[in-house]
Amino acid sequence: MSITRIYGLFLRHFYLITRSFPRILDLVYWPSIQITLWGFISNFFATHTTYYNNAVGVILTCAILYDFLFRTSIGFNMLFLEEIWSRNFTNLFIAPMKIGEILTSLVITALIRSLIGLVPAILLTSPLFGISILDLGIFLFFLFLSLYIFGITLGILVSSGLLRFGPSFENIAWSTMFLLAPFGCIYYPIETLPEIFQKIAYILPLVYIFEEARNILINQTVNIQNVYYAFMWNAFYFSLSIVLFYYSFNAAKNKGTLINMGE
Amino acid sequence: MKNLIEVQNIKKNYGKKEAVKGISFNVEEDEILGLLGPNGSGKTTTIGMLLGLLKPTSGQIFINNLKLEENRIQILEMINFISPYIELPKKLTVKQNLYVYSKLYKVKNIKERIEYLSEKLRIGELLNSITGELSSGQKNRVSLAKALVNEPKVLLLDEPTASLDPEVGDFVRTFLEDYKKEKKISILLASHNMNEVTRLCKSVLMMKNGEIIDQGKPEDLITKHGRTNLEEVFLKLSRSKSEYN
Repeated sequence: MSITRIYGLFLRHFYLITRSFPRILDLVYWPSIQITLWGFISNFFATHTTYYNNAVGVILTCAILYDFLFRTSIGFNMLFLEEIWSRNFTNLFIAPMKIGEILTSLVITALIRSLIGLVPAILLTSPLFGISILDLGIFLFFLFLSLYIFGITLGILVSSGLLRFGPSFENIAWSTMFLLAPFGCIYYPIETLPEIFQKIAYILPLVYIFEEARNILINQTVNIQNVYYAFMWNAFYFSLSIVLFYYSFNAAKNKGTLINMGE
Repeated sequence: MKNLIEVQNIKKNYGKKEAVKGISFNVEEDEILGLLGPNGSGKTTTIGMLLGLLKPTSGQIFINNLKLEENRIQILEMINFISPYIELPKKLTVKQNLYVYSKLYKVKNIKERIEYLSEKLRIGELLNSITGELSSGQKNRVSLAKALVNEPKVLLLDEPTASLDPEVGDFVRTFLEDYKKEKKISILLASHNMNEVTRLCKSVLMMKNGEIIDQGKPEDLITKHGRTNLEEVFLKLSRSKSEYN
């Protein structure tokens, strides 16, 4: 692993972001809009339901957590797609970078991109709705870390698809998160899902993360088992994504996708 | 002279289609070898395999005596590539692009290297310009600077002067001649510009349908085929079916 090369690839994306105001605005805009929208919807429900004592807090917190996951995953995919769109893909893959260095650099860059969007969203919730995500306490860090790992995992899986199938896989890149969202039980308890969907949900880390967030906020208790299961499934899917990325890279070398990536 | 590129009987199949059918050639130090052939003859596939972007179905490639399959990173540190079909990130300035690639190639004296290339390639005034806003000729020189940022021992050029006006094209050819002479590097040049190939290349390979159908010095090929220039030789070989297919 070369820190210089990892830093070099990070710089390529850092320059890109800092050169363009619309790109920075895009990073901040959507999370803030999402939070504001869900905040008002939650306010409405809070006055019409007795299910949650703290509907606004729970839904907003979950919205922030989900948005962080969404931004991380999409952010990772975007970094990969930027190389394809700018026809720089070949230049990158003929540079003496190990696959591990490319992934590490993209993982770090994706984190920074996500944080740029997350911080304003968190700051907005307090003055607008009197909510602080920090109410989750020290476990907030573990929930964010778990979401970050899963977001990166999805990003690597989609990038593997892009490597293997080329730009035609781009549409999948945008839709992955929407496909998984219903199973993630982001805004509702897992019991809401039909039994067959519950079985699928239980093999994803998302359900444990969001169940735990709700558990902490509503019951004021911590179920460490949820955090453990989330990390366990994350470790499984993350390892799988790395194996798949290497497999796709080798398959792309056989198939010629790397050389025709811009087409 | 030492061979910097050694290609031994490489084949590339895509399913049942044979894109490259077992070709072998060497490129010596301080030599420019021309790779000629009509579209679809296997030139780009061959270059892709030399860059490690494509895995040969069989055969071996050695760069500076190192086997490509086992020393990919070490070899990529000493080679580079330019093609009109790939570009540098458009939104970054020229200087940022050169800096990023210097980092990726772990160049030691980045500032000095960029200054040297800027002067040699006349891009000093472009360093703070946005890469995507440059003209074709300017982009070409910047891409060449990127390709030389790591002081490669082996340079692979795919149509390096395509879409350039005659003045810029001549500048690039003169630069490549001088740079090769000064640094003793090996260059593999794929081009459809026969005057360029005649001027730059010590010898050429003629490819068709994934095979090398003839090779030699440009002047020898012209004499051998009874033609007056390399373009006529190219046309004869490209159109000939009975003799070579």
